[in-house]
Amino acid sequence: MTFDKIIVLILGVFGIGFTYWFFLMKKEQEIAVTGDSIDIKVEGGYQPDFISIPKGKTTKINFMRSDPSTCLEEVVIADFKIRKYLPLNKKVTIALTPQKTGEFSFTCGMNMFHGKLKVTS
Amino acid sequence: MKDVKKTYPIKGMHCASCVRVIEKSLKRTAGVKDAVVNLATEKATVTYDTEKCSEEQIASAVAGVGYKAVMEQDVVSQDEEKIEKARELKKLRNKVVVSLFLGGLILWGSFPGLINTAPAFLKNFWVQLLLATPVQFWAGWDFYRATIPALKHRTANMDTLVALGTTVAYMYSAFVTFFPDVVMGLGLEVMPYFDVATIVIGLILLGRYFEAAAKGKTSEAIKKLIGLQAKTARIVRNGKEVDVPIEQVVIGDIIRVRPGEKIPVDGILLEGESAIDESMITGESIPVEKQKGDTVIGATINKTGTFTYKASKIGQDTMLAQIIKLVSEAQGSKAPIQRIADTISSYFVPIVIMLAIATFAVWYVAGPNPALLFALLNTVAVLIIACPCAMGLATPTAIMVGTGLGAEKGILIKDAESLEIAHKVNTIIFDKTGTLTKGKPEVTDIISLSSVIPAQAGIQNKILKQAIALSTRRVQDDILCLAASIEKGSEHPLAEAIVKRAEEEKVNLQKVSKFKAVAGHGVEGLIGKKQIYFGNRRLMEKEKIALGSYGEQIERLESDGKTVMLLATHPSHSEPFTPVILSEAKDLINVQDKLREESVLLGLIAVADTIKESAIAGVEALKKKGIEVIMITGDNPRTANAIASKLGITRVLSEVLPGQKEAEVKKIQAEGKVVAMVGDGINDAPALAAADVGIAMGTGTDVAIEAADITLINKDLRSVATAIELSRKTMRTIKTNLFWAFGYNILLIPVAMGVAYPVFHLLLSPIFASVAMATSSISVVSNSLLLRKAKI
Repeated sequence: MTFDKIIVLILGVFGIGFTYWFFLMKKEQEIAVTGDSIDIKVEGGYQPDFISIPKGKTTKINFMRSDPSTCLEEVVIADFKIRKYLPLNKKVTIALTPQKTGEFSFTCGMNMFHGKLKVTS
Repeated sequence: MKDVKKTYPIKGMHCASCVRVIEKSLKRTAGVKDAVVNLATEKATVTYDTEKCSEEQIASAVAGVGYKAVMEQDVVSQDEEKIEKARELKKLRNKVVVSLFLGGLILWGSFPGLINTAPAFLKNFWVQLLLATPVQFWAGWDFYRATIPALKHRTANMDTLVALGTTVAYMYSAFVTFFPDVVMGLGLEVMPYFDVATIVIGLILLGRYFEAAAKGKTSEAIKKLIGLQAKTARIVRNGKEVDVPIEQVVIGDIIRVRPGEKIPVDGILLEGESAIDESMITGESIPVEKQKGDTVIGATINKTGTFTYKASKIGQDTMLAQIIKLVSEAQGSKAPIQRIADTISSYFVPIVIMLAIATFAVWYVAGPNPALLFALLNTVAVLIIACPCAMGLATPTAIMVGTGLGAEKGILIKDAESLEIAHKVNTIIFDKTGTLTKGKPEVTDIISLSSVIPAQAGIQNKILKQAIALSTRRVQDDILCLAASIEKGSEHPLAEAIVKRAEEEKVNLQKVSKFKAVAGHGVEGLIGKKQIYFGNRRLMEKEKIALGSYGEQIERLESDGKTVMLLATHPSHSEPFTPVILSEAKDLINVQDKLREESVLLGLIAVADTIKESAIAGVEALKKKGIEVIMITGDNPRTANAIASKLGITRVLSEVLPGQKEAEVKKIQAEGKVVAMVGDGINDAPALAAADVGIAMGTGTDVAIEAADITLINKDLRSVATAIELSRKTMRTIKTNLFWAFGYNILLIPVAMGVAYPVFHLLLSPIFASVAMATSSISVVSNSLLLRKAKI
């Protein structure tokens, strides 16, 4: 095997390992909502993508989409039966008053981008 | 000066003091003439002078005391969404046209076979670079715009794959253009692949354009519903008719509607009569005749007469608004079948990137010459062909079309889960009263003890016969009087029939004390000094009252499908009942003696309910689908079987107390059946909730029946079979979509990697990969849209 092939092979293995680490071993950073609302930036995903809100209290989640990708034009919080269109560069508020604790996901309309919503007691 | 009256939802109200605080604050605002805040509806109706006061000032006055008035602009309107989507589509179309045109020119100047016909300048690599650059960085900018922040958040999606794939092709081509000698030195042909980068971008954008256009159609049903809303209402105020915007209508307003006009909000008809086309809400094609006291539904069309009605529900409380909310919620929910797609899609893109890296390495290390080109093109093909979108779209698009189609037919589905379970239903239990029957029973027979006496006595005397006939009628009145008096306090539909009959007969009702309803048995109470029992056989058995010679007569009535209610008094409580007329005729027949000796049963009243017109066809349609149909009722077996046989139902659960219905549903489930329970959603709510699918027949203008998974607002029993069929067809579409989406990726990603090369020498061109990718998501959306044309 020639030197360039060995290098490509090593880089290939490293690339696979890096991809796995980069995308699939990401540590989630939980943001606890202390006030009445939280802003989520919709650009290449959701930022923050892991929020925790208290049970029984109304929390306003303000989505602001600045990403033109049609994939992100809708946000779906299926456990709360919410599917909302997010116009570009316009704030859309979703008020949630969760009645049960647990972890729920919010996704884009095509289910490509994911965020997590944790309801605490 | 221009006064307007507007109603705003208020958020944050808790008690009556909130009402006072908000009203006070609003009234203090300059220009506000009047402000009425309703705690129950959580709305403030404000009359103000538009020249002196604005909506912002109203919002600020409410906010100033710690509450929030919801203004219209807080909500993204459908029009706004439509405009924005149209703008995005136009932008996309321009990019498609430019990229395919420029990509086409590059292809002409580089593709074997076409290259000979191309003008010389198109074969120039620098010209190709010039043509490819705007496609890569202008038309393809959206891919980068999504990829860069996604990578920052350590996530990836389809845009990441397209950006990576086309960038690799573009960068290699640019390298070839700038450094042809280096490429030649590596033993490679000096051949850029600008055509791959540009055509792939053009085709993927084209696919996205068609997909966006088709996707818009999946939510057409809800847009149609929103479009039904009337814009204005003609209100009668101080004897004058004024047209006002729909938002200004308040509960209690008198509204006039002329032929051909749309009814603005829900209400009760006050004056006039008309035929109303309710098809747009209930799916019922035949106009419904309405007269005084009837409910009219907002957004339906008045066909013939002019009438006035009183607004009873406005804004978000109208039937239309409830339907829109229910359908929106259903479309936002997730079907359990989607879980597998969810799991896979969260790993999909990183796995494809890893496969692409592996493809490059394997082809470079073990591939034939020129290995670098093979590795490069196959890597691009892998990145381009992978289509996570098809998986993401497979379930929600079908759910959106399915729930929308249901709404058009008067079938409201609570969520995607209910729609999914409904296709598995193999047993349907119908509640009898109010579901299979109209729930408006009528008294058919009143039989008193004395009415059997003439025949028994064998009296021939004509005068005596007349006297007895008169006495019989009056005794029947007494029976009716006692029964109606005691049933007055009951809410049972049978009680309603008896009281109604008493009112028709102008019978004076008596005062009842110690009234008690015994669930599933009947009622009891004290009239004067007499303890009266009125109910079914079970009540008589409970009170140890013998039926005596009535047995046969009761059986005959029950065999006709009538419900027999027995009236009795208990000897241990008081003297036997002595009807007035009996005491007058006691010299003719000693009825009192008979009463004392044989029975304390005084008489019976038979009540019959009418079977709904759609019931027989509804049951038939379900049986044709192989679904077992069961009827559940509190009636005795004889009456229940008589009705069931008219409907073609063979399995009957009779003498089931209201509280036992839930247990009966569970028993059937324990037989391994998937059960749907059909009821009115009020009396049988626990049974509806216990069933795998609870189906409620809509009543009035309330459609959000909590316990129901499916609500049939058209009240047509054939819709039960339609709902099941809709579920079956939707699930078939979802399964086809998922099969296609998974199958496509499972089959074509390995082909793009080159697994078929060693045996068949088959490789996938990146351009073909982009065509396949674009068509895969379009085909999924189109398949979902086919549901709209499905016969259900």
